[in-house]
Amino acid sequence: MIDVARPSLGCEGLSKSFDGTQALQDVRLEFPATGIVALIGPNGAGKTTLLNVLTGFLRPDAGRFFLGERELTGLAPHRIARLGIARTFQDLRLISQVPVLENVLLARPNQKGERLLPALLRFGVAQEESRNREQAMRWLRFVGLDQKASEAAGELSYGQQKLLTLACCLASEGRILLLDEPVAGVHPDMVSQILDLLRQLRDQGRLVVFIEHDIAAVRHVADLVIVMDEGRIIAQGRPGEVLERPEIMEAYVG
Amino acid sequence: MEYLLHVLILAAIYTAIAASLDLLAGRTGLLSIAHAAFYGIGAYTSALLAVRLGVPFIVGVLAGMVVATLISFLVSLPSLRLHDDYFVIATFGFQMILFSIFNNWMDLTRGPLGIPGIPQPVIFGWHVDSHSEFLLLAACFAIFAYLVIWRITSSPFGRVLHAIREDEVFAKALGKNTLYFKVTAFAVSAALAASAGSLYAHYITYIDPTSFTVMESILVISMVIIGGAGSLWGPLVGAVVLVTLPEALRFVGLPSSVAANLRQIIYGSLLVIMMMFRPRGLVGNYGFSK
Repeated sequence: MIDVARPSLGCEGLSKSFDGTQALQDVRLEFPATGIVALIGPNGAGKTTLLNVLTGFLRPDAGRFFLGERELTGLAPHRIARLGIARTFQDLRLISQVPVLENVLLARPNQKGERLLPALLRFGVAQEESRNREQAMRWLRFVGLDQKASEAAGELSYGQQKLLTLACCLASEGRILLLDEPVAGVHPDMVSQILDLLRQLRDQGRLVVFIEHDIAAVRHVADLVIVMDEGRIIAQGRPGEVLERPEIMEAYVG
Repeated sequence: MEYLLHVLILAAIYTAIAASLDLLAGRTGLLSIAHAAFYGIGAYTSALLAVRLGVPFIVGVLAGMVVATLISFLVSLPSLRLHDDYFVIATFGFQMILFSIFNNWMDLTRGPLGIPGIPQPVIFGWHVDSHSEFLLLAACFAIFAYLVIWRITSSPFGRVLHAIREDEVFAKALGKNTLYFKVTAFAVSAALAASAGSLYAHYITYIDPTSFTVMESILVISMVIIGGAGSLWGPLVGAVVLVTLPEALRFVGLPSSVAANLRQIIYGSLLVIMMMFRPRGLVGNYGFSK
């Protein structure tokens, strides 16, 4: 179901500054092809900036980033997304007045009905739409929201909205998922449900990168932890090693 | 009776124009102040083709739509790279430029002298010369505009337009080339406005630049907002209300010099009142003041 070649995401020399503050300083990274990677660090460490650069929403001041051999630097966000790099946002982004299902349908890639002439003339659009509906329902079932398909997205609880954004990433056929705080502020019962989904996604061959402040969740689920501080990567390794190092925990708490 | 039909014809023409603006302003969230210019491009293109070259009405209408589409790219490609308020200001600039062209390119448009003697439409042998026939034709144009817009908004294409209106970043993150959607919506909107402009020119049989000023753009925006942006019937309701209201004022017996000024005051007050008490418009469900 996932393609055999799994190019991995990597970057070198990435720097970005805002009004004199260095949000990223010479960041070099090579993500594994699959697995769960936690990106941790204090507020302002540059985690979200890194995500925004890797998804094309911010242009780096210097440095380059790649998917396998392919350079992504300078590509528009939609082009990067189409290569299978899906993301969520810290502030939930959804179309809140329309039904849950419509949000997931929006995420489906390569829709013929999204071009003007097929939309006007309706050649094959209905069949395509029903196939997409099946796929969308499949991902809604996967995150456990299939019962809510016809409710307005804005009516869902906070945790359910996070699940919905995850379903959108999956429906867009993302193989690399960059999730900005997928469990922050979510009811504890739902946290373990979301973490379990992340594990399943890894087992399906995806790379899941998530920013998180909840150290317990990170310890629980991550295969690799990357620690950032002041725009630099200060440590990376298995959670068992990294999270035990006192200087890391100090930087994190401090 | 003729007079009543005249008012209805204008209402139908404005319904098509308001509906075409709503595709952009209501459905996609892009408020353009250049709509009168595109309406004017349609009017001038088919009028000039008919008067100078004797081109048949339908060909003139199609030519107007094509010219409007091409010019819409000149407007939309630079201005759609701007955000919200700056986009509005850029379209205002284009409206001023296009008006200046209508008003000053004497060789082509005869400037303020206008173009008289525009022939009434003949469509495959059907000579449209009575008011009732014109009403039928105008209704067809309005229905056509509505049909196109309904097809678009009820398709996956329309779903992306809706997403752009609500959260463009979300749409981009899902791999949508939002610039393509906005440029396309702008082009369709311009082409539909142009078709209504052609019809107007061949109905009144005389056009001059004063019909395509920025005030005209604002009138169409008022129709969309008062009727209800982003709703099915909003543009129709808005167009009917704003076309018939000033006509109704005539019957109050005001001298026409007073009525003209009063009309502007009423439009303005209506807009302010709607924004304060019913930003979704008379029949709409989407407020501009989010």
